[in-house]
Amino acid sequence: MIRVKMSTNNRKKEIDRVLGISGENIKLCMQCGKCSASCPSSSNMDILPHQIIRLFQVGNYEKVLNSQTIWNCASCFTCGSRCPRNIDITKLMEAVRVTVVRNKGESRINIKELPEKINDKMPHQVIVSAFRKYNK
Amino acid sequence: MARIGVFVCWCGSNIAGIVDVKEVAKEAAKMPGVVLSTDYQYMCSEIGQNLFKNAIKEQKLDRVVVAACSPRMHEATFRKAAESVGLNPYLVEIANIREHCSWVHKNKVEATEKAIALVRAAVAKATLNQELIAGEIGIEKRALVIGGGIAGIQTALDIADAGYTVDIIEKTPSIGGKMAQIDKTFPTLDCSACILTPKMVDASMHPNINIHTYSEVEKVSGYVGNFEVTINKKARSVIMEKCSGCGVCIEKCPSKKTKSEFEEGLINRKAIYTPFPQAVPNVPVIDREACIKFKTGKCGICKKVCTAEAIDFEQENTKIVQKYGVIIVSTGYDLMDLDRFGEYAYGEDPDVITSLEFERLTNAAGPTSGKLLRPSNHKKPEKVVFIQCVGSRDNTCRGKTYCSKICCMYTAKHAMLIKEKYPDIEVHVFYIDIRTPGKNFDEFQRRAVEYYGVNYIKGMVGKVFPDGEKLIVSGVDTLIGETIEIDADLVVLAVATKAKDDAEELGRKLSISTDTNNFFTEAHPKLRPVETHSAGIYLAGACQGPKDIPETVAQASAAASKAIILLSKSKLVNNPCVAEVDEALCCGCLECTNICPYEAISSKTIEIREHGKIVKKLVSEVNEALCQGCGGCTVTCRPSAIDLNGFSNKQILAEVDALCF
Repeated sequence: MIRVKMSTNNRKKEIDRVLGISGENIKLCMQCGKCSASCPSSSNMDILPHQIIRLFQVGNYEKVLNSQTIWNCASCFTCGSRCPRNIDITKLMEAVRVTVVRNKGESRINIKELPEKINDKMPHQVIVSAFRKYNK
Repeated sequence: MARIGVFVCWCGSNIAGIVDVKEVAKEAAKMPGVVLSTDYQYMCSEIGQNLFKNAIKEQKLDRVVVAACSPRMHEATFRKAAESVGLNPYLVEIANIREHCSWVHKNKVEATEKAIALVRAAVAKATLNQELIAGEIGIEKRALVIGGGIAGIQTALDIADAGYTVDIIEKTPSIGGKMAQIDKTFPTLDCSACILTPKMVDASMHPNINIHTYSEVEKVSGYVGNFEVTINKKARSVIMEKCSGCGVCIEKCPSKKTKSEFEEGLINRKAIYTPFPQAVPNVPVIDREACIKFKTGKCGICKKVCTAEAIDFEQENTKIVQKYGVIIVSTGYDLMDLDRFGEYAYGEDPDVITSLEFERLTNAAGPTSGKLLRPSNHKKPEKVVFIQCVGSRDNTCRGKTYCSKICCMYTAKHAMLIKEKYPDIEVHVFYIDIRTPGKNFDEFQRRAVEYYGVNYIKGMVGKVFPDGEKLIVSGVDTLIGETIEIDADLVVLAVATKAKDDAEELGRKLSISTDTNNFFTEAHPKLRPVETHSAGIYLAGACQGPKDIPETVAQASAAASKAIILLSKSKLVNNPCVAEVDEALCCGCLECTNICPYEAISSKTIEIREHGKIVKKLVSEVNEALCQGCGGCTVTCRPSAIDLNGFSNKQILAEVDALCF
């Protein structure tokens, strides 16, 4: 493991933009881990929610973008409802996703591949929310 | 002809950095009545004060204006200095050109103009200042301590040892407070009752201490040195002088449906009860809500078996009115309610308990005789999980923003007590931070980790839920970066401390303030931690903020020393800037008596000569000791008969005229 040179100016503009969209103040986070402990999707995440906040705090946006976490987040709001600092992590995750998918060619679902993925048991709500989450 | 001296202070660069002090002094020299106008860097320093005193003597000044910091800082300093050279202290006027000028403005030209205006107003007022003589108040040599926990007991012992009479008033049937419920105390692991009960007995046997248990403060009036307190002694239904403390009544009482407050609801108590065996006084109390005799008229077994004939069902609440010189508030704390923290399953599952309930479980005098047993099935737990910071350090509406201070230490204590008695039990502690700042505190907590092998996990718990006989604790290890799960048998929550629910109400009775968390506010957090803004009322213990036993005892002795300083005086000097009634002008409408927030104005009948005849006239009268000089009455008075010494209507108008120059 190489020693990472501390630099809080890493991709500052992008991070500030994402934080501005989310409206959350990540300086409030005391890294207690309540969000990660409460997250029902945490078992599929490579980086835990509280670690995502820490990466934001130190400016390591690269790791955030490359994580599976931001896509596995189910937006269930459990983290934010239990956070003792009142940080809405769900909003932050959505802000990251939004800044990714709204670039040209970054949509995660191709509508042509959709018919073979859906079946009779899938409620329509799933299709609508999947499009909202993964596409611009 | 007035001879006014003006002293403009630089206050280092605090004032001189923004205000041109030399310009202010120059302009002041031109003001009417001013014979001396000078400036100096630090007027409050010894050199500054000597400058001040010498100028008064040499220039024969009869009024002085000090243009400097807020009068709250140094009005008293300059008044004392003036008095030392023979000038009446109330002929000193302060112009605040720091907090009201240099500290709030950036524009130097405008700030200087404002400073000059403020000095002009002060000079105009000083011209009209009159010599005032402060009155004297006598002091009642008796102290009242509200709250009979360790803080109240310690304070009372100190004041009593100094030779003054002390009354302790305690709401519950016995003194002792939270410390009586605790098993062992950190960091020494002394048995709590063993160190507390000697002090409780000392208090009960001390010739200068009177203890009123099962009593509450009903009303407080008066002022420092002369408080008048009405105490409501609730009816115990037992005659204290006759009761021998044998306990047969408690044994035979058939009503056992009420949850014991002392045992934190883990077991029930009888309707007639003493809270714990070492209770002081060792006289039981009948809980009339639970007593069968009081509810249905049938029973009365306790009376039949009492050989001392001490039971009295007709006993009534009694009121005592007593005068006190000082009051010390030591009402303590409680643990927060957990109804907004549903994720921990407290109240749903009996094996999720609070730290105070745990104290009762480990206590040899507790509901399980000191054996660690699960409340659900009374079996020994194999895995115990402690969760710290439940409700503390929480910015949301659910919890308290502050750190409760004692939990990191008592959780380590609980963990070690388990490991000492039952080395095979697995103990885990979930924490956010470990706070152990006291003497030998860090070494204490590290012993839990290094010697006893307690598993400290840096991370919080998301949810606790029952799974068959077990409790699943769903948490996270933030240092490793993994979510974890423990199948616990017992979960102990370190619940946030909170101020007592009736603290605000008591504060209103005493006219002392509480902060946003309902803890009583001290006069200055650093320099006056045991005094309040109300003279003669002091604070001790956790009612002022979360704290542990060593700090509580230290603060209790500190409050006692402040009280003793006051009680040792033969008289107190009161503030002479009080309202005064011109009886010739007073029309007797008594509107002022209605508006006074301190109930300082009353009425009296005087005899005057009118048109050659003696007639009776109703006029207002001000109690100088109660009057705080707020001036509300002077505004209300229609004929302008009531005026404020030191801040008369003429003086205020002179200031306004000077400002509107």
